[in-house]
This record gives sequence, structure tokens and C-alpha cells, in this order.
Amino acid sequence: MLHSLEVVISSLPYVLGGAVNTVAIVVGAMAFGFFIGLPLSLVQVYGNNILKFIANIYVWFFRGVPVLVLLFLFYFGLFTLIDLNISAFWSAVLVLGLRGGAYQSQIFRGSIQSIPEGQLKAAKALGMTDVQGILYIILPQVIRISLPGWSNEYSIVLKDSAIAFVLGTSEIMSRTHFVASRTYEQLAMYLCAGVIYFILTWAGVYLLKQIENKLKIPGYTI
Amino acid sequence: MFDTSFYINQVIPALNKGLLVSLSLIFPSAICGLIIGVIIGTLRANGKGIFSKIAAGYATIFRGTPLVVQLFILYFGLPNIGIYLSPYLAATLGFTLCSGAYHSEYIRGALLSIKKGQILAAQALGFSQWSSLVNIILPQAMRRALPGCGNEIIYLIKYSSLAYIITCIELTGEGKIIATKTFRFTEVFLAVGLYYLIMVTLAGWFLKWIEKKLYVPGFGKNR
Amino acid sequence: MDYKSNNNTLLEIRNLTKVLGGREIIKDVSLSLDKGDLKVLIGPSGGGKSTLLQCINLLHIPDKGQIILNGKEVSFKKKKEILALRQQIGMIFQDFNLFDHLTAIDNVAIALRKVKKLPKKKAFERAEIELARVGLSDKLHAYPAELSGGQKQRVSIARALAMDPVVLLLDEPTSALDPELIMEVLSVIKNLSESGMTMLMATHQMSFVKNIAKEILFMENGMIIEHDTPKRLLSKKSRTLDFCSKLA
Repeated sequence: MLHSLEVVISSLPYVLGGAVNTVAIVVGAMAFGFFIGLPLSLVQVYGNNILKFIANIYVWFFRGVPVLVLLFLFYFGLFTLIDLNISAFWSAVLVLGLRGGAYQSQIFRGSIQSIPEGQLKAAKALGMTDVQGILYIILPQVIRISLPGWSNEYSIVLKDSAIAFVLGTSEIMSRTHFVASRTYEQLAMYLCAGVIYFILTWAGVYLLKQIENKLKIPGYTI
Repeated sequence: MFDTSFYINQVIPALNKGLLVSLSLIFPSAICGLIIGVIIGTLRANGKGIFSKIAAGYATIFRGTPLVVQLFILYFGLPNIGIYLSPYLAATLGFTLCSGAYHSEYIRGALLSIKKGQILAAQALGFSQWSSLVNIILPQAMRRALPGCGNEIIYLIKYSSLAYIITCIELTGEGKIIATKTFRFTEVFLAVGLYYLIMVTLAGWFLKWIEKKLYVPGFGKNR
Repeated sequence: MDYKSNNNTLLEIRNLTKVLGGREIIKDVSLSLDKGDLKVLIGPSGGGKSTLLQCINLLHIPDKGQIILNGKEVSFKKKKEILALRQQIGMIFQDFNLFDHLTAIDNVAIALRKVKKLPKKKAFERAEIELARVGLSDKLHAYPAELSGGQKQRVSIARALAMDPVVLLLDEPTSALDPELIMEVLSVIKNLSESGMTMLMATHQMSFVKNIAKEILFMENGMIIEHDTPKRLLSKKSRTLDFCSKLA
């Protein structure tokens, strides 16, 4: 018992260093996912049939295949096939981002569709182009309506980032695993990892809730 | 480029073997997870005092930590205190506990969404508490919870791949073994992905079909 | 139809036809508006009033026909001309269609800034004037959800007026309002008419129509089947009189 505690405390700085990498992966993946998900959702709502079809296939693929399989497929398979020589860290960001884009597009699509159609019509009646209407009227609302979905997405990506340890990314999980297998204090170390993830999950959710409150508009139902 | 014999002779037989293991992980976990979800969700929605607090704590902890960590604790951690679980048992237990926590969230939400007035109305008509639960509350709660719980089962199908990490060789594990042996990662994992896509798509259709069967006009729209 | 254009004609619609979902919603409709006219569209719902108004504003592109504004025919194919026409023709919707994420003043200012490219300060000054004109100086910074239905509709009128339209189209502007809020909107419209604004309005507010409208256009099954001054149309046996007597 005492030995477990000693191991946990002495390895804590090392493991917390991994937490920094975990957060970096999550932030990177979510940002990348945003830039995929938003255009994808616009295509799914406003695009022509061919574009819609392509977008739907993308979403179907990335939502249907497990993260672990995607990581193996891209890191060991496709990335080497196209001679893309990137680190495990960036592979994790890329794969989680590609996948997150599919999920985020569903969040944004739902938000776009929840805005009454009349608003785009009113924008056009004032002489705005379609692009202006989407840019100034639809998107500012989409971002607000999507925040709760985004907070949920954060908690999913954070937990999925733990799977990236199979690539040897130096985040919480692989550092815990490293210490655990050398000290034989598996239970204590993995519980410690659990606590760190737990704090990161709920702290992030709380932070996003604060942003949500800040952007809140009276009477605007999110 | 496309090597049919590689698929027919090596990939498909191995993946089929793995698929059986995956299915034997998914079905018990889905059923037990749902049962736990209903119990925990009901406790959280209606219970008072210590039981509802424990139920809430359980859901918060399991939803707040990665499944990988939970599996590692069960498989690599518990031996430290003398509990040894087989890879299969550790995986099934982990999936059950984790998906139970997520199910409870949907069950709780569904129970809370049913208006108090309906319970009063049932009581006014002479329904007993048990009878109003079975005849009035549950049929509605079930429909409300169905999309969320259905989604959770689809998640479970995908996350069952994590069993491989604790050495339970299922679909993903079989794929990894062939891919490592032959160095043909892209071909093998595209096939593995396709297996999951088919499972997930079939499950999705099945859930849509149930939802349609249970559809009540206008129900759930005025929330 | 025997509409003749004269020097005062501001907007002329000739033989407009619109097919939606395989059905002819608008059939060969012609009408004209002189400067300062207030004409009203009356008729059963589903008769094509909304679609006609949205065709005039080119929110729906007509399949056949012409729209002549200030003596110049508008091409339905040129995007620039469509956008320009929409700026000159204001539109008031039945359900307001305010932008939910913007305050009243921002709702009015956004098109000034983004479409007319006015600098921010100028746009806000103008928005303030327009909101004052509809009696909402005290609600500049309220969000749509904080306004009553009547106030929302007045904001939407201010939003349209800020673009300096030459014609205003109103699609049943009071039909989504509680009875006690209808008057505040109608009086704004009445003031506008008195100040010389040219308007085409779909409405069922008969007392308003009788007192203020220059002409009633009765629309049914996508066609204007009767048109005349309220006085004449409502004093003889007509389809319009028949319909209006059932409204009360």
C-alpha cells in the first residue's frame, strides 16, 4: 500500500507531463475536426446530391469504424502507403480529427436544421446572397446551438485519445502503462490515470458550460 | 493490386473467427449493460438518499474515464489485490459496466421527461403505483430512451475492439495478427473496418425498424 | 387583365406563372402598383398569395412572366439584378423571421452593414431612426425572444424600411399576432401609407382594408379573379363579398 502511494507520487510529474500531451491531442483533433465538420455539415444541408452523397459516405465510414481500427489503418497502413512520414502524436491528432469531423458535422447539421427556414429567406429578402445569409445569419447561431454537442464531443475525444497509446504516443495512458509495467503497481497507476482523466473530463465540460453561459442570449433555447 | 486469394485464404477466415469472439463479447455486454442501465437510471430518477447518490456516482465515474483505463484496471490492476480475470471476462465486465453507466443517463432522462400530471391522472383513475409504472410510465419512457440506448449499443459494437488491448483476440486482434505477419496493414484493416461497418449498419437498421414499430404520432415532439 | 401602365407606375407584374411541386400555384397573374398605392390581396389560404409575394421579391423565381420596376424589366437570370431587386423591394413575413441571435438594433443594422456596406456607426444611427419610427426606441438592445409579437413585427418593418425600399410587400403581417397587438402593427402600416410608401399586402383585416386600401385583389386558385376598389367590390354581389362576409 505504502509502496503503491510512493510510486504514484514519484511518477506523478511524469504522468502529468503526459496529460499535457493528451490535452494537446484533444485540442488539435477538435480544431481539425471543426474545420472538417463545419463544411461537411453545410454540404449535407445545402449541397447538391453528389456532394451530399460523398459527405454521407465520409460520415458513415468514420462513424462506423472503431477508433482503434482507424488508428491501425492510418498509422501503419495508409500513411505509409502515401509516404506520409509523421509522428505518432500527429497521427493521433489527424485520425481523431478526421473521425471527430464526421461527428461534429452531425452536431452542426442538427443545429442548422433547427434554425427556422424563414431566417435565410428574410436575409435574402434584404438583398443578402446565400453565402452572406449563411455567414452572418446562420453560422453565428449554429455555433451557439452546437456548444452543448461540442462539450459532449470533447468528452468523447478526450476518452478516445487514450486509445492512441497503441501508437506509442507519449500521453497519459502510455506513460502510466510504462511506469505500471516496471513497478508492478498496475492497480494504483491505472487508478491514478483514471483520476486524471476524470478531472480533465469534468473540468473541460465545466469550462465549456461557462463559455455557453457567456454566449447565452436571453430566451434563446439551446 | 487487389489480391483476391489473400483475402479468401487468409483474411476472411481469420476475421470470421474473430467476428464470433466479438459477437460473444457484444451480446452479453449489451443485455447486461441495459439491465444495469435501467436499474441505475431508475434509481437516479426516482430514488432518494444513499442509493440514488451511489447510482449517480457510479454513472459519473464511468462516464468520466476512458474505457481503456477501466479495462486496464480490471485486467492488469485487479491481480495486484489477488483478483484474476480472464481477458474475455475482464472485457465483458468492462463493457457491461461502462455501457450501463451511459444507458442509465438515457433511462433517467426518459423517466424525468414524463409529465407529473400523467402520474396524477393515472392515480385519479385508480391505478396502483406499480400498475401506473408498468402501463403508463414505462411504455413512454422506453420510447423516449430508445434512440439514446440504441446509439449506445452501436458504440458498444465499435468499442468492443478495445478487448484486443487486454489480449482478448477478437475481430481487431485477428486483423492485427495477420497484418503484422504479412505487413499488409491497409488491406487487412480496410477489411476489418468493413466488418464493423456492416455490423454497425445492420444494428442501425434494426433500431430504426424497432423505432418505427413503436412509433406514436406526435409523441416526443413537444418537448 | 387590363392593367395599363402610366407614368406613375412603379411596379408592374405581367403574366406571372409559378409551378411548385408539379402544381401551378400562380397562374398568369398581372398587377401594377402606382407610387403611393396600397393594394391588398385577399383570398382563401392556399390560394397563392404568399407565393405571389415571394415571386415578386424573387425569393421564388417565376417560371413565366415579367417584373418591371421603375420602367425597367428585371432579368430573372442575372444574380446581380435579383439581389438589387430584393434590396429595392422590402418584405414583411407573417412570422417575422427576425434573426434570433441579434438584438433589435442589430437585426436592423446587419443588412445595412453587410449588403449596403455602410460603416458600423452609420448603420446603427440609421437603425436607431427606423426603430424610433416604429415606436421601439426603448427596445434597441432587446433580443427577439424578449419582445412581444407586435414588437417583433415592428422590428421587422424597421429592418425592411432601413434598406430604403421603393415598394413594401407584406404577407399577412398581423395574422400571427394576438388580437390586442394587431392594432399597433396596423397603425405603423397606416402611417407608412400616409407618408407615401407603396405597398402590396396580403391581409384579412377587413376594417383596415375598407378604410385604407386603394384596391382589393381577390385571389383564388392562383389567379386574381376580381379586383376593384373596396367600396365597389363590397357593395355588390361578388366572390370577394361572399368570402369577406364569412371572415367576421
